[in-house]
Amino acid sequence: MKLTRTFAAGAVSLVALIAASTAFADCGIEGKGSVRILSNDFEALRIVNDVALSCATADVTVTANATAEHKNIQGPALTVNPAEYTVAVVANNSIVPLLNDDLIRPLDDLVAKYGQSLQPNQLIKIDGKVMAIAFMGNGQHMFYRKDILEKAGVAVPTSYEEVLAAAQVIKDAGLMEYPLAASDKPGWDLAAEFVNMYLGTGGEFFAPGSAELAIDNDNGRKVLETMRAMTGFMNPDYLTYDANELNKLWDAGSVAIMNQWGSLAGAAIDPATANAEVAANTAFAAAPTIGGGTVPAAALWWDGFTIAKNISDEDAAASFQAMVKGISPETVAANPTAATWLVAGFEPGPTAVGVIGNAKGGARAYPMQPYMGLLHTALSAELADFIAGKEDADQALADVKAAYDAAAKEGGFLK
Amino acid sequence: MPHRTFFFFIFPSILAMVLFITLPIVSVVVQSLFVQHEAVLITVENCDPFGCSEQTRVDTEAMAKLEAEQPLGQFAGFSNYLNRNHLAVDEIGAIFADNQGFGDIVSRIFNLPFYKALSFTLVYCFLVTPLAMGLGFAIALAVNTLPGLLKGPTIFVSILPMIITPLVGSLILAWMFNPSGILGASLQSLTGDPGLSLRASPVLTWIVLLVYGVWTNGPFSFVVFYAGLQTVPQDTVESAKIDGASRWEVIRHVIIPHLAPLATFVALVQLMDNFRVFEPIVGFSAEANATSLSWLVFNDLVGQDSQLFGSAAATSVITIVGVLILLAPVLRRTWREFNQKAV
Repeated sequence: MKLTRTFAAGAVSLVALIAASTAFADCGIEGKGSVRILSNDFEALRIVNDVALSCATADVTVTANATAEHKNIQGPALTVNPAEYTVAVVANNSIVPLLNDDLIRPLDDLVAKYGQSLQPNQLIKIDGKVMAIAFMGNGQHMFYRKDILEKAGVAVPTSYEEVLAAAQVIKDAGLMEYPLAASDKPGWDLAAEFVNMYLGTGGEFFAPGSAELAIDNDNGRKVLETMRAMTGFMNPDYLTYDANELNKLWDAGSVAIMNQWGSLAGAAIDPATANAEVAANTAFAAAPTIGGGTVPAAALWWDGFTIAKNISDEDAAASFQAMVKGISPETVAANPTAATWLVAGFEPGPTAVGVIGNAKGGARAYPMQPYMGLLHTALSAELADFIAGKEDADQALADVKAAYDAAAKEGGFLK
Repeated sequence: MPHRTFFFFIFPSILAMVLFITLPIVSVVVQSLFVQHEAVLITVENCDPFGCSEQTRVDTEAMAKLEAEQPLGQFAGFSNYLNRNHLAVDEIGAIFADNQGFGDIVSRIFNLPFYKALSFTLVYCFLVTPLAMGLGFAIALAVNTLPGLLKGPTIFVSILPMIITPLVGSLILAWMFNPSGILGASLQSLTGDPGLSLRASPVLTWIVLLVYGVWTNGPFSFVVFYAGLQTVPQDTVESAKIDGASRWEVIRHVIIPHLAPLATFVALVQLMDNFRVFEPIVGFSAEANATSLSWLVFNDLVGQDSQLFGSAAATSVITIVGVLILLAPVLRRTWREFNQKAV
């Protein structure tokens, strides 16, 4: 135990040392302090972290931990006093547990003092108080192969009904055996597919003002029916594909149309890593609509940063300044294709078409209700049998409700 | 040994066991009896880059007060154990009260998450344990007949599956069974079915997981049995041979009886290990077709935005009870043998 701790301390000071030695610019941070960033691990966030790391000076230490496990770490790490991290980079879903447990501080005074470069729409306000600063938008949208659609003679689909029709044409023409793909792996991904499509129907997940589940309706059945119909055009292994796996399939040239994260669009057409033939024919569009709905069937996401509550005001001020530097217009200007930035001066490039299309089309944000996470968990386990073709839609919806009710009772949201 | 000396001798172990085994189990049991406080919800206006809307959120001040009064949450008795996500007592009752025959009962019970997980866990436990022991024993017999020079390298290669981290091992096999992997592609061309995927159907997924289990658990039995083989009395073996016993008869009547107590020990350890099957399910991305009790605990705690500690604790306690039930016959036998020896 002691050994581990010594090792961890050594590792931390090593990180700090590297951080200090790579400092090439003084960001003009006022005051002293320690900046400790916890974030998810994808390219755009690594860029932001790197810029923040470059702010280290003799008075300000900066460390960053970019990990896919951030959601599991952030609660315990911010609960201790002083908190293990001063900055937690979150999205619309992962901010909820921090809000529920009162672990992050309002940022109004810091925004007034150091936030001149921020735009009003970057401020995430909850009950009138700024709780997070958003810097990028994200969401799942359509990736399609121009060449395949052209050969099949079909237009770019704008609804799931058209996606299914296009898939049939592509299959019949012998262009591809399995033209569609989706992240249907039971777990977070499968539930996200349901949430995306259900948002597209215009339906509400919960009865107004309560935690009572309300997805057992025609909208829910329509969504499940569409998800099942799509699996008919997918590789039989579709139950094992998550979002990262989808990009590999795409790169292998074995998929014609899929819904995929905007943050992975850059990688799909990156000349350095992607399959050149596929990349040249890859195009992006807003997510399709569903069942005659008018809005893209995909949740809108924002990624932003929050500042921990259990830290000194000095550290909080230093952290806020370092992060504002990290997401500054200069960072964005240097990395225009890394993300769909929400920062001033961002000119959307080809990779931002999808997310911006979703937003313009009126797609809805991923819900921030405190019990949404419990529903996501219930969906992630209970839709598996349905998507595997082992039970019908009515049974699947009943199972989800039963699992959610049990969890919501345990979570104190239902009686 | 005087009792006093014995006590001082054993005291450090007892202390460590209380600290690292007993107390955590007690805390898990306590946790499993509580649910979280009733959430105090308020409606506030949320604004994000995509617009403003009215949304509910938890009133943190009111919750902090509740938690300060009762840090463990609300006492809920056994409700965590009996609810639908665990033993599902009400649901089972409803199924038996109103059903359409045996098939309907079975399919509806296995639709409940706990029983679905339990069924795979038990099948894995009871198939992998004997098969892996058989495989280990066979390898041990084979290696024992090798000339000295070959023994070392063979032993090293044979215990590789045990050395590899289970998660890594399952990932390696998962990639090999992928339709474009070496095993997956070979199977497709052997069966002449280009759509064959070992990960697509429940039966095939279960078979792959069981094969993985035997592969990864075999070496443990091998190591123990191989060590046991070195203690087989050679005079008995030789006299059996002089009496005209074939190689098989020597194994059946001399070696197996000699190794029986070892087999009990291996079975004990392996049953306990296999009841906690977890890594291959994650490694093979097999969640759709196979879940286990440990996977249920994992799913309650990790990966989503909210954690269900009470639920996870209840599943853990049920797992502990399950292990105790599994081990009861073996433990009883060991106890009886011990008593006989004492007399």
